[in-house]
Amino acid sequence: MNPAIDTGDTAWMLMATALVLLMTPALGLFYAGLVRSKNTLNTFMMCIAAIAVATVTWAAVGYSLAFDGGGDLVGGLGNAFLSGVDFAPREGTAIPELVFFAFQATFCIITVALIAGAVVERMRFGAFLLFSALWSVLVYAVLAHWAFGGGWLIEGGTLDFAGGVPVEMASGFSALAAALVVGARKDYGRQALLPHNAMYVLLGAGLLWFGWFGFNGGSGFSTGEGSVLAFTNTLLCPATTLVVWFVLDVIRGRKVTAIGAATAIIVGCVLITPAGGYISPGWAMLLGALGAIPSWAIIAWRTRTRVDETLDVLAAHGTAGLLGILFIGFFAQESWNGVSDGLLYGNAEQLWDQVLAVLAAPTYAFVATFVLLKLIGAVMPLRATDREEAMGMDIALHGEEAYVTGEGAILLLPDDGEKIGVPVADPG
Amino acid sequence: MSRVQGHGGEMDRVETYRGTTVQMNLSEKVRFEVAVSNGFVDKTVQALCEGGRTGEVGDGKIFVVPLEQAVRIRTGDSDEGAVTPVGK
Repeated sequence: MNPAIDTGDTAWMLMATALVLLMTPALGLFYAGLVRSKNTLNTFMMCIAAIAVATVTWAAVGYSLAFDGGGDLVGGLGNAFLSGVDFAPREGTAIPELVFFAFQATFCIITVALIAGAVVERMRFGAFLLFSALWSVLVYAVLAHWAFGGGWLIEGGTLDFAGGVPVEMASGFSALAAALVVGARKDYGRQALLPHNAMYVLLGAGLLWFGWFGFNGGSGFSTGEGSVLAFTNTLLCPATTLVVWFVLDVIRGRKVTAIGAATAIIVGCVLITPAGGYISPGWAMLLGALGAIPSWAIIAWRTRTRVDETLDVLAAHGTAGLLGILFIGFFAQESWNGVSDGLLYGNAEQLWDQVLAVLAAPTYAFVATFVLLKLIGAVMPLRATDREEAMGMDIALHGEEAYVTGEGAILLLPDDGEKIGVPVADPG
Repeated sequence: MSRVQGHGGEMDRVETYRGTTVQMNLSEKVRFEVAVSNGFVDKTVQALCEGGRTGEVGDGKIFVVPLEQAVRIRTGDSDEGAVTPVGK
């Protein structure tokens, strides 16, 4: 092993990478529980598709564009097709670049999967695959470069510990654009479209929280103080979000809801994502409590609009990520993070750097996604037909059902081809 | 109203599970039963046609059959009285 490699750091980062990868199937469960039973598999498959497509594009060019060199807007192609990515330590860390690459790949994957939440139950699977491939390069890799890889935001002093810019704000505002371009489900606003399995939603949220310890705890790329702080903040912040969410639920409906709680877990984890390694545990708890309110309000309001941003990626990720980024500008504390103070500790400059990020990242993500989907839409239909949408995407696009009974199923043998489409009995 | 499985003039679905290809002959259907007094028969049929028509195969069929007797258990009302809504 290369002597510059720290075995402890590497061991943790291998683990953290696996934890973050688990978040994508967990998101699949969370999303699948929130849709109708006839779209269960398709919804989960969009998350699986993100793993397939984004891993390949990340290895091909995404990683290089994000992390090769210090260009202002985008990196170079020096690491394209994993060229030069090997056992030598990644610059600024004591872990092999291969591990660094894999860890960052899992971030790209889950971000692509998150956007699916805006277009479930009606977007064609093929169109989503093409969108995933292009988005992971044109939007994710670019924003990851800005915030992590030596681009203009990080060089200008913007702090983003684990992905408030490329993951949370990017997915949230791209989701809004995607919902607007793809359009609402045909039954939206006419019929009650209810979550079909609240247990999946809770289980998915729980597994996401579990994986988020790797997501935030691994974003220091070490077992150092920043990682430890982010790890513990990932416990504290979502807990206070949950408490406040309970209160908000009680005020509105006199009952604490389970799906509300699952949503609160996500919102809390997102809030602490950018700020995890930069603010004290006490401020993390305040962030969780305050940050619950806007996301809760946007979800309550959005469902009364014509915008079918189906699973509220904007409220849970866009808004909460934006708040987390801004919160750093006020409450960052050099005595905790060793990097910079926020406004409250006498450094107004930091707040400005954070404001820059919340202006630039959502704008780029929204506009780029809007244009990208319009272009894809010009080449192929983005939506399933009304008939397919009514039948359910599982049967229409995948030829499978999540809850198949087997009743009335006839086994087709290889030479039975001509039996398909048995004619209706002829009365005369 | 009850959920049932049935088969009409629609196309069969073919599904594949790990290499096992099957033809699904039964589809999800809804069976709707309503008992009304004579004067309401035409109106009921008309309402079901208006509400349930999409113009595609699978909209369903309506069968009108006579009922011999009807009794409301709570009050003992029979026939016409049993199917006429009463105020609380």
